[in-house]
Amino acid sequence: MKFIYDMHQMMVAHKVILIYEGDFTQETTKSILTMAERNLDSSGEESTIKKKIFNVMVEALQNIVKHSDEAKDGGSTDPGHHAAIFLIGHEQSQYSIMSGNPVKTANTGPLKAALEKINSLDKDGLKELYKEIIKNTSISEKGGAGLGFVDMARKSGEKLEWAFIPMNDEFSFFCLKVNIVKTKEAVTNE
Amino acid sequence: MEILNLEGTSDTPKIILDKGNKIFEISGRSLPEDSVEFYKPVLAWIGNYAKEPLAATSFTFRLEYFNTSSSKLILDVLSALEEIPGMQIEWCYQEDDEDMEEAGKEFSELVEIPFSYKTV
Repeated sequence: MKFIYDMHQMMVAHKVILIYEGDFTQETTKSILTMAERNLDSSGEESTIKKKIFNVMVEALQNIVKHSDEAKDGGSTDPGHHAAIFLIGHEQSQYSIMSGNPVKTANTGPLKAALEKINSLDKDGLKELYKEIIKNTSISEKGGAGLGFVDMARKSGEKLEWAFIPMNDEFSFFCLKVNIVKTKEAVTNE
Repeated sequence: MEILNLEGTSDTPKIILDKGNKIFEISGRSLPEDSVEFYKPVLAWIGNYAKEPLAATSFTFRLEYFNTSSSKLILDVLSALEEIPGMQIEWCYQEDDEDMEEAGKEFSELVEIPFSYKTV
C-alpha cells in the first residue's frame, strides 16, 4: 500500500494538481476539461489564464486521442502498456500542461522537426506559420500538420519542452510540457 | 428555406441559420472530435443559401472557444461566405479575450469579407 503514499508524495513534490492515466477518448477529454475548469474556477484564477490553460489542454488531449491508434499497436498484450498520461502542474509562477504518449520511434522524425521549427520562431513567426498551415492543408489532413503544437506555443508564449524516451525497439514515449506563466500581479498576490 | 438550428453542447457550438428571420449565428464552444463531420451541414446550408441570398447578410460569430481543427472548418465556412455578395461578418468576443480578438483579425486577413468587431 505504500505506493499510494509514494504517489501522493511525488505529486506534492512535483506540484501536480491533476493526473490521468489510461485510455483517452473525446469523453475523457470532456471530463478532464470539466474537472480542470471547476478547479480553476474555485482557485479564482484570472480568466485570460484560464482560457489559455483550457486551450492548451484541449490541443494536448485531442492530440493523444488522435494518436491513440499508434499507441494501440504497442506490441505488448498488456493494455496498460499503451496508455497515455496527462498531468497539470501548478507552481507559484506558472501552470504546466504535460502529456506523454507512445509513438513509433520510426515516426518521431517529422514530429521532432515540427517541434524544433516551432521553437525556433518568435511570436510573429508563429502567427505566419499558423496562417500558412490553416490556408494550405486540405480537408483530409485537417487536424494534422502540427497546427495544435503551433497553437499551444502561441497560447503559452513560451518554448515547448519535449523529449522522446525510448520504451523498446519500436516505441518511444513522447513527453510534452507546455507552460502558462501567470501575470506578475497574480503571482505577487498569492 | 429550411432553418438550421443546432443546440450547443459542451463540445459543439450553437448554430442558427435562419434566412426568414435574418439570423445567421455560430456561438459557444467548438471542439468536436470530428470537426469535418460537424460542419458538413453548415457548409451545405451555406451552399444552398448562396443560390438565393438576401441583398445583405450579417453573419455573427460569438465564439467562446474553438480548437485548431475547428479553426480550419471556420475558415472553410468563411470561404463559403466569401462567395456571397453583400456578406459581412460580425466577430464578437469577450472584452478581455485578446486571443479571440486576434483570431478574428487573422481570419479577416485570410478572406475578402468586411469584418466588424464587437465586445460582449
